[in-house]
Amino acid sequence: MSSYTYRHYEYRRPPELDGGSERRPVVIVGAGMAGPTLALALAQRGVPSVVLDEDDTVSLGSRSICQAKHSLETWDRFGVATRMVEKGITWEQGELYLHDKPVFRFNLQPEPGHKFPAFVNLQQYYVEEYLFERCLAEPLVEMRFRNKVVGITPGPDGVAVEVETPDGRYSLDAEWLVACDGVRSTVRHLMDLPYPGEVFHDRFLISDIRLLSELPKERRFWFYPPFHPTNSVLLHRQADDVLRVDFQLGPDADPEEEKKPENIDRRLRQMFGPEARWEHEWTSVYTFTCRMMERFVHGRVLFAGDAAHVVSPFGARGGNAAIADVDNLAWKLAMVLGKTAPVSLLDSYCSERRAAARENILNSTRSTDFITPKFPASRAFRDATLSLARDFPFARALINSGRLSVPTVQPDSPLDTADTDTDWARGPGPGRAMLDAPIGREGEGWLIDRLGADFTVLTFADFDTPVPDFPAGATGIRIAGDGLARQRYDARPGTTYLIRPDRYVAARWRRFDGAAIVAAIGRATGNG
Amino acid sequence: MADTSTGALRRTLNLARPDDVYNAIVDAHRDLSDEQCRAFDARLILLLANHVGDEAVLREALRAARETMEEA
Repeated sequence: MSSYTYRHYEYRRPPELDGGSERRPVVIVGAGMAGPTLALALAQRGVPSVVLDEDDTVSLGSRSICQAKHSLETWDRFGVATRMVEKGITWEQGELYLHDKPVFRFNLQPEPGHKFPAFVNLQQYYVEEYLFERCLAEPLVEMRFRNKVVGITPGPDGVAVEVETPDGRYSLDAEWLVACDGVRSTVRHLMDLPYPGEVFHDRFLISDIRLLSELPKERRFWFYPPFHPTNSVLLHRQADDVLRVDFQLGPDADPEEEKKPENIDRRLRQMFGPEARWEHEWTSVYTFTCRMMERFVHGRVLFAGDAAHVVSPFGARGGNAAIADVDNLAWKLAMVLGKTAPVSLLDSYCSERRAAARENILNSTRSTDFITPKFPASRAFRDATLSLARDFPFARALINSGRLSVPTVQPDSPLDTADTDTDWARGPGPGRAMLDAPIGREGEGWLIDRLGADFTVLTFADFDTPVPDFPAGATGIRIAGDGLARQRYDARPGTTYLIRPDRYVAARWRRFDGAAIVAAIGRATGNG
Repeated sequence: MADTSTGALRRTLNLARPDDVYNAIVDAHRDLSDEQCRAFDARLILLLANHVGDEAVLREALRAARETMEEA
């Protein structure tokens, strides 16, 4: 059915079954998108990890297809992002329809001058395949397929993990356990932790097809199209000429009936016309929930991605938030393990990423309420917005068919040093993600390529000012001249930003002050 | 916070010909069913909200509209 060939990754008999057992700094449960990303980020900091997964292959179905810029920037550190961009579909244009008429077109990357596009559509199985391959080539990452977690015994300074394999059970002793095992997290269930949130009742049908005739090249979203007059339809192109068609079915649809190929084909035939030919790739009927754990840190057990928080698919905030989680976590966990930061630094993982999850849930819930209005007045405003949009440009901004995932703001983090200069007109302040920009002559490089593995001090200067003394351990970048970077950072000579390893801004100043930078790094690492 | 401020919304008359404007609004709803009235009002509110542009004014108006309903 699928044009993708699922490779089965090799199961190896774990040495613990034969008596060998050593304490592991980090055990990661779940080899989806987040787990292997965390393992690679830890490996870059010299921390070995074991990744356990009950399965031995990649995501069944395309699932998370929309890989956002900030995720690509994370993966680029492991050298896999370019491959994803090349394989995936970069598209910037989209068109929104009401009934059978286009209402307006939009461009998602209005601003040039970034190494990576706003997003790339690539099926989750490819993302995982590239990450798995990279992990298997990384000596500090041990991938254990067909290793199912069946027991968790948390202790004061570690976790005992009971694992089931085809050859029997063994116990793994971990200093830290990170659960990246998805919305139905085994670890969360084994620890009997609640997962409060909101359940949505509308059913949606995903139909991935390989279209054998001409492909639409842009994202299309219809409200009340002639081929599905009661609800909305979303069309997304993926790699390998695969299209995702997402039909809103309403709350009363019968999933078994809707999933029948003849019923899907009938809708698709109306949609693509009598000439079109296609093959089915993957079909799924889904409802969704918005949930968030009260804490992401439970002693020595940490939760990330869908295991810790889950949103509706509108806006591509599931997989991308998971990558941002592990990006936030990796450097902190590495510092704690290396005893260069106190264990309390991990509290900021919880507070920062819970703030991010709240923002994602808010955005996702607003999109959901626009697409599936919950009461008659809500529907009246939604329909009014749609009918005004063609002639009144302001109304186009109100149409919410999913606000694309951008880096969330992590406000009021205890790791940040608040602005003391008051004359910032623009630029990413503390708690915001840094902005990429072309740097060097003729745009020969990208700012994100110059960032260090740890903290980076970015300072703007005139060509004739001497290079300042950057603090030990931090990567220094000095930018002179009038480039895009200067605009994006609202910079003048002397303007200095402190950028964390996860590419968030921790502090900024109007002049270079070595002592202030050292103090801000101390604060940002829990040593302040 | 914008949603707790008061005083942004004008409470005294701002219309030169209040009877004409009032009747124009009512007349525009004539012959519409209740459902059509709701659709019409939604359009009107969105058009005016964008024109006003001031979030503090809009939030205060939303609150005032709701509070006066509870008093009735």
